[in-house]
Amino acid sequence: MGVAHSHSASEEVRELEGKTGFSSYQIEQLHRRFKQLSGDQPTIRKESFNNVPDLELNPIRSRIVRAFFDHRNLRKGPSGLAEEINFEDFLTIMSYFRPIDTTMGEEQVAQSRKEKLRFLFHMYDADSDGRITLEEYRNVVEDLLSGNPHIEKESAGSIAKGAMMEAASVCLGQMEPDQVYEGITFEDFLKILKGIDIESKMHICFLNMETMALCH
Amino acid sequence: GPGLGRCWPAWPGGLLRTGGVEVEPGGAHGGSQGFQVVTFEWAHVQDPYVIALWILVASLAKIGFHLSHRVTSVVPESALLIVLGLVLGGIVWAADHIASFTLTPSVFFFYLLPPIVLDAGYFMPNRLFFGNLGTILLYAVVGTVWNAATTGLSLYGVFLSGLMGDLQIGLLDFLLFGSLIAAVDPVAVLAVFEEVHVNEVLFIIVFGESLLNDAVTVVLYNVFESFVSLGGDNVTGADWVLSPVSFFVVSLGGTLHVRIIEPMLSLSAILAITFCGICCQKYVKANISEQSATTVRYTMKMLASGAETIIFMFLGISAVNPFIWTWNTAFVLLTLVFISVYRAIGVVLQTWLLNRYRMVQLEPIDQVVLSYGGLRGAVAFALVVLLDGEKVKEKNLFVSTTIVVVFFTVIFQGLTIKPLVQWLKVKRSEHREPRLNEKLHGRAFDHILSAIEDISGQIGHNYLRDKWSHFDRKFLSRVLMRRSAQKSRDRILNVFHELNLKDAISYVAEGERRGSLAFIRSPSTDNMVNVDFAPRSSTVEASVSYLLRENVSAVCLDMQSLEQRRRSIRDTEDMVTHHTLQQYLYKPRQEYKHLYSRHELTPTEDEKQDREIFHRTMRKRLESFKSAKLGLNQNKKAAKMYKRERAQKRRNSSIPNGKLPTEIPVQNFTIKEKDLELSDTEEPPNYDEMSGGIEFLAGVTKDTASDSPAGIDNPVFSPDEALDRSLLARVPPWLSPGETVVPSQRARTQIPLSPGTFRRLTPFRLSSKSVDSFLQADGPEERPPAATPESTHM
Repeated sequence: MGVAHSHSASEEVRELEGKTGFSSYQIEQLHRRFKQLSGDQPTIRKESFNNVPDLELNPIRSRIVRAFFDHRNLRKGPSGLAEEINFEDFLTIMSYFRPIDTTMGEEQVAQSRKEKLRFLFHMYDADSDGRITLEEYRNVVEDLLSGNPHIEKESAGSIAKGAMMEAASVCLGQMEPDQVYEGITFEDFLKILKGIDIESKMHICFLNMETMALCH
Repeated sequence: GPGLGRCWPAWPGGLLRTGGVEVEPGGAHGGSQGFQVVTFEWAHVQDPYVIALWILVASLAKIGFHLSHRVTSVVPESALLIVLGLVLGGIVWAADHIASFTLTPSVFFFYLLPPIVLDAGYFMPNRLFFGNLGTILLYAVVGTVWNAATTGLSLYGVFLSGLMGDLQIGLLDFLLFGSLIAAVDPVAVLAVFEEVHVNEVLFIIVFGESLLNDAVTVVLYNVFESFVSLGGDNVTGADWVLSPVSFFVVSLGGTLHVRIIEPMLSLSAILAITFCGICCQKYVKANISEQSATTVRYTMKMLASGAETIIFMFLGISAVNPFIWTWNTAFVLLTLVFISVYRAIGVVLQTWLLNRYRMVQLEPIDQVVLSYGGLRGAVAFALVVLLDGEKVKEKNLFVSTTIVVVFFTVIFQGLTIKPLVQWLKVKRSEHREPRLNEKLHGRAFDHILSAIEDISGQIGHNYLRDKWSHFDRKFLSRVLMRRSAQKSRDRILNVFHELNLKDAISYVAEGERRGSLAFIRSPSTDNMVNVDFAPRSSTVEASVSYLLRENVSAVCLDMQSLEQRRRSIRDTEDMVTHHTLQQYLYKPRQEYKHLYSRHELTPTEDEKQDREIFHRTMRKRLESFKSAKLGLNQNKKAAKMYKRERAQKRRNSSIPNGKLPTEIPVQNFTIKEKDLELSDTEEPPNYDEMSGGIEFLAGVTKDTASDSPAGIDNPVFSPDEALDRSLLARVPPWLSPGETVVPSQRARTQIPLSPGTFRRLTPFRLSSKSVDSFLQADGPEERPPAATPESTHM
């Protein structure tokens, strides 16, 4: 590649740095990975993720893969799935998992938190209606428990119900007898997960690829 | 010998010895030498007698301390026990002018320390521990070495400067002393931190450090001791090199045969026991029944608590031994100063290093707690007593100093750490109820992170943990866990189960308190349900283990009787009780958006439907009492009933017993409109065949247009809602379902109204072989009589 190419490449990298917040080193690493996944194509499709062997064992594999193509995560629209994504989109998704930079202002930190939780919310809310209904929740629970072959499906249903009830009690407190709880909205979601320390739970240390990430 | 390797031959004989002076026989032989009817054979029974006496005293003391909760919340129990020991030792000494009993190292290491450490390991929160393992190791290894080196060298320096006067000590002696005084003591940490509830990360770091630094201590101690034995001049450079090697060997549990360093079975007892506890906790818990688990838990706590008590008491007693007291002001004071200062410095340095790699940073406040919480305790004392008085001339000085240091840290630091923590506003541990949602989302997070790590090609924490859990599931668990335990071992389920149990218990307790448990206790059973409602505060409490994470319920629902009966009498009522409670509490009513249409055929499996109906029926019953006071809406109800009848007629091709819905009394005051119970029976549950899952939910109701399309109804059970006492008492649902509740047509045909047959209906089933009595219907599942197949109306 000639000088011209690398020149524009570094510009691109800078642009990406600005957009996603990764460092140029990390961007290069991720780019290498991207090319691996895509087979040197400029875009990847869902099938490309089949190349990742360990992903097979993951019970919510399909959701995660879908999350990569979700328009809401890619900030391209309120719903729907993309067919394929390019490197920039790939980085966008990955940036949800960057550790929160505590040197940023408090507002920024809160914003980052929200973004991460929104990513999660989108994963649950499959039909993009802004609410996690019981149905969707149940599907998630089933997926999560699918690793254990001995658990029956009703269990998942009951657990989902229990969780929804908990959510209802958290969000609505004492409900009126004729109140109906329709589903978990994003605000409710935030409330429920207030106790979880999202900063430590949802990040990957992009320190060094293929080496141990000492995150603790 | 086995892993507890500090076999010291210098203390032969009994466990407890006096200070070398024979104790007078307790009673007198009679003056005559004739046949004695009663003799006192003091020497004969001395040892067990004395042991029993001390244990008795310790127990009484412990009970006495806890009588006043205020005292124990200010003063750590360990401090109190030491003081008590001092007092007792003083009494004995004053009475007889003999030194009282001392804490011998063999007793300590063989009998007293293992229970405590095992208990700690068993209850160690694994995830927290291994998640912070890097930090812990750094503090344990590097920190301890740092402390030992600096303390020893500084003391030596001061000695050289002449401040200490004339002592027969060499550099090696100082280093030896440094190494034994440097280590943080797990017993003391546990005892003190138990009252001070700092957040878990902080605690696990200090505590983990105290456990793991034992290996370092052992090595250092043995190394320096052998150097000292050789005499300072004979130590060569090679020995210094070999010493670090022996560290690794010691930690892995091997022996070291080196020409100069004697073969020592210097395994680290503490490490061995700790990891034993950590590794086996999972499998032990899974394999044994609930009663046994409780037994194990309480036994361990008791042993550990007892051992701790004895340790501290003996520390106090052993101090009253004038034969050993040697005082050197400079030495003692400087030791205190040095260990505190150097620990603080060490902590700060290490934390600075760690914070570059940690995601959750350690604040300065945390560092203060870490340095201040580095308590020395009985381990140091035992080690110093082990010293060879011949080789280490100033052994008495060391012993005295160690005693002072230990007392200082345990009493003074123990007393002040709590106010310090509060003053500094250290982040406290929030003991919250386990939330199902959090468990779920936590699990989801784990998977997501693993996936992202996989996708981005990294090997990270999650990857490792995943690999481990995969390995564990495939191999280890197959071997080590019972089959049934393997099946039911998902943690989400555990939380769910626990929550259910707790809710059930609290519900029953509530009912009991209001005197309305009549509906559970049926006169037909021979044995009543053994429900013990005495709210008891956790008795064998976390005096030793702060890490007691199990929810010790305030109410003890005795499952044993249930299990027994299940096997023998098959007491259905109890089963149903539990099932009822379970269903009652976790069954919100949902409405689907769309999925049911009354024109569509929903092929159902009878089993599910029965479950569903039973479910709704039960809910309705309990609901009825609540709603009685809330009034009803006649019109809507009528409309509903009409719809219901229609639906039922449609559904049932035959009405076996001839009862028509119209017979149902209108003044069924159970109907609370929005609760939509009646409407529930209109159609069989929508089994959501589209998603393929077996959906155990109330079906859709489209009758009340005012209902919102989807969501959950308010929970039927709201704890604050005053369960109408009179109603409940008067009309126990079990005994008079007919009048108060309208079961669906189907229900009535297929569910005879006595509780006896409810057994068949198992709304929630984990697996057909689940041994959990709570979740399982007793016996093999019996099919209800075949319901009439759904006729294809429309």
